[in-house]
Amino acid sequence: MQPDTTSESPGSDVTSTVFKDTELTLGLPGEARFSGGKTCSKRGFIETSMDLDLGDSSSSSHTRGKILAGQDFSSESLVSGAGKPSATKRQEVVGWPPVRSLRKRALEGCKYVKVAVDGAPYLRKVDLEIYNSYQKLLRTLEQMFMTCFAIHGNYVGEGERKVMDPMKEMEYVPTYEDTDGDWMLVGDVPWKMFIESCKRIRLMKSSEAVGTLAPRTHPRSCTYNEVAADQQLKAR
Amino acid sequence: MNYFPDEVLEHVFDFLTSHRDRNAVSLVCSLWYRVERFSRQRVFIGNCYAISPEKLITRFPGLKSLTLKGKPHFADFNLVPYDWGGYVQPWIEALAKSRIGLEELRLKRMVVSDDSLELLSRSFANFKTLVLVSCEGFTTDGLAAIAANCRFLRELDLQENEIDDHSGHWLSCFPDSCTSLTSLNFACLKGEINLASLERLVARSPNLRSLRLNRAVPLETLQKILMRAPLLVDLGTGSYVHDPDSETYNKLKTTILKCKSIRNLSGFLEVAPRCLPAIFPICLNLTSLNLSYAAGIHGSELIKLIRHCAKLQRLWILDCIGDKGLEVVASTCNELQELRVFPSDPFGVGHDAVTENGLVAISIGCPKLHSLLYFCQQMTNAALITVARNCPNFIRFRLCILDPTRPDPVTMKPLDDGFGAIVQSCKLLRRLSLSGLLTDQVFLYIGMYAEQLEMLSVAFAGDSDKGMLYVLNGCKKLRKLEIRDCPFGNMALLSDVGKYETMRSLWMSSCEVTLWGCKTLAKVMPRLNVEIINEHDQMEICAEDGQRVEKMYLYRTLVGPRKDAPEFVWNL
Repeated sequence: MQPDTTSESPGSDVTSTVFKDTELTLGLPGEARFSGGKTCSKRGFIETSMDLDLGDSSSSSHTRGKILAGQDFSSESLVSGAGKPSATKRQEVVGWPPVRSLRKRALEGCKYVKVAVDGAPYLRKVDLEIYNSYQKLLRTLEQMFMTCFAIHGNYVGEGERKVMDPMKEMEYVPTYEDTDGDWMLVGDVPWKMFIESCKRIRLMKSSEAVGTLAPRTHPRSCTYNEVAADQQLKAR
Repeated sequence: MNYFPDEVLEHVFDFLTSHRDRNAVSLVCSLWYRVERFSRQRVFIGNCYAISPEKLITRFPGLKSLTLKGKPHFADFNLVPYDWGGYVQPWIEALAKSRIGLEELRLKRMVVSDDSLELLSRSFANFKTLVLVSCEGFTTDGLAAIAANCRFLRELDLQENEIDDHSGHWLSCFPDSCTSLTSLNFACLKGEINLASLERLVARSPNLRSLRLNRAVPLETLQKILMRAPLLVDLGTGSYVHDPDSETYNKLKTTILKCKSIRNLSGFLEVAPRCLPAIFPICLNLTSLNLSYAAGIHGSELIKLIRHCAKLQRLWILDCIGDKGLEVVASTCNELQELRVFPSDPFGVGHDAVTENGLVAISIGCPKLHSLLYFCQQMTNAALITVARNCPNFIRFRLCILDPTRPDPVTMKPLDDGFGAIVQSCKLLRRLSLSGLLTDQVFLYIGMYAEQLEMLSVAFAGDSDKGMLYVLNGCKKLRKLEIRDCPFGNMALLSDVGKYETMRSLWMSSCEVTLWGCKTLAKVMPRLNVEIINEHDQMEICAEDGQRVEKMYLYRTLVGPRKDAPEFVWNL
């Protein structure tokens, strides 16, 4: 029960990974540290803390405004800014902005992705964070596109992964675009991994997929990875 | 007054409800002290380490209602390590052993275990009210004990706690005979809930006036519950997602029309904006609206909703409302007293964030505003001066610029003058949080003008010890001072050591204070606990006095160094 509260504490493994991405760099005066606001402040957060009188340079390990308290900053890491691209994301200082973790997590847990259904006139959006299984997600999609189709099959372990429209007798295959830009079949990876990598969802008409799918005699004997690989070859 | 019998004195003291008034009364003479202490029922302890449970029990044998606070405020922002302390267990143990008939317990930032909750539930026959705010350390098993054993429970209010969810069955532990609930808030629970148990519980609680659901409660259940509890005054929805063309949604629309008593609305932990129109009919009655967790409602839908809420006194919202949205708030909600604007994207580039323009608009449209928490992209001196002029009634003014050392983007100057205008104009100001580029000058203004200031939060500000000195010398009513990442050192810390006994606590982290400074202070002031939090083995036992201290927390106490401090907390 405790890990949640310490996940952001200084010195933990998580924060040291984040630190790698957001290493303190010395920017040149006037260089925007990040692109917030129309008028970029001349003195960014970092420049400010470097400018102020903090005693001799050997005390750089105690720089005010340092990132992730507890990290030992050698003077090199502080000055290495020259070649680094300026961060587009705000650098993370422990405890700033002063927002409680519970609140931060409630907002971060907001992963809206577009859902497109072949043949539907408009797209929808769903928040993936609120579901904890494929089943729940697809049930919701069913509700959203109620008049179009009904979900068919179960998604626990192996099973049919198709979506059926009993009216039009059309099948839909749920696919998603991952962070690499590839179109994957929904259901292969663990749910958590799916949420993190899914950028958008498309319910593809089975007929379109059929041409790309390896012939299947028995649902369980086919590996869906093969299917996905096929789809990727044909997609775009 | 000495000629009156004790009962008369007691009767007079009954009219004193504020604990400060009662504290003052108890200091008048020993007779008044005695009468007051036997008649006192409600006690507030702002720092659980300032006093011991035994002393509390000895002094106030008639205690019925206790409020305790544990960790320092900056613990909310992960600046205090997990095992720091703030355990409620010794308090409950001591109270359980005594003859105290505890009825109400309110805890903030404390560590509460399932064992503590179990003991609590079994020890006080008349226990009625449990309020836990920002606490941690317990699971739904502890809640099950409370539900099962507190026969006359009226309030169970869980606000923003870290609770481990073992199962949704704790709700089923309320016996059928429990019909006394007036307030139930479990919005912060992450897991599933037994919906049938919830419905039955609501059905047998005719006095239920406040109900806040968690995310696991779907819209269908909300509708059924509202049917059973049309007299609700305070409602927090769970999941507010459905197909607006469905029968369920239509039923909800009809049901809500009957809920004319709702004055506080919150929740929308997940939301389908197309379902919002169902609540429009009750919006006109709302005095309090909390949409700060409703990440699913954006710009124009938010604005459409706000336009219905003309009587709002309190609004908590996300910054995706934008400056334009705040203008709508300003023109619609003229009765507004408290506004909190939270960042929807704390670490992003923040396109949606609000600026000084939104705040100025609010100050024009909402002259009754007295409490503000405002996260924004930027702020200007001119805006702050305008706000100070328009709203002289601020009691709480907390500004958080997302880039904490950002100057006025128009003039590139520090924000000293802006905050100076605030403290000069708002003579009743009790709480202030600063941000932006700030020099010693702002502290000079604060020391000079902020006569009623009780709590000050400072980050990344100031140039020298003078800054802190201005505040310590000037703010006579200061009780809590919390400082991070400022160039204040030993000179400021040690200039007026007696001051700290007039305050509850002082927090300083990432400043210039050294071990020597802290040791010196501790030596001179035995009634202060001066604690160093040393997390990273930077300091050995034989640490050099000249070494800077990463985190220092000191507080006045009557009971000396605490015995439950973990390894990394040193009491000097």
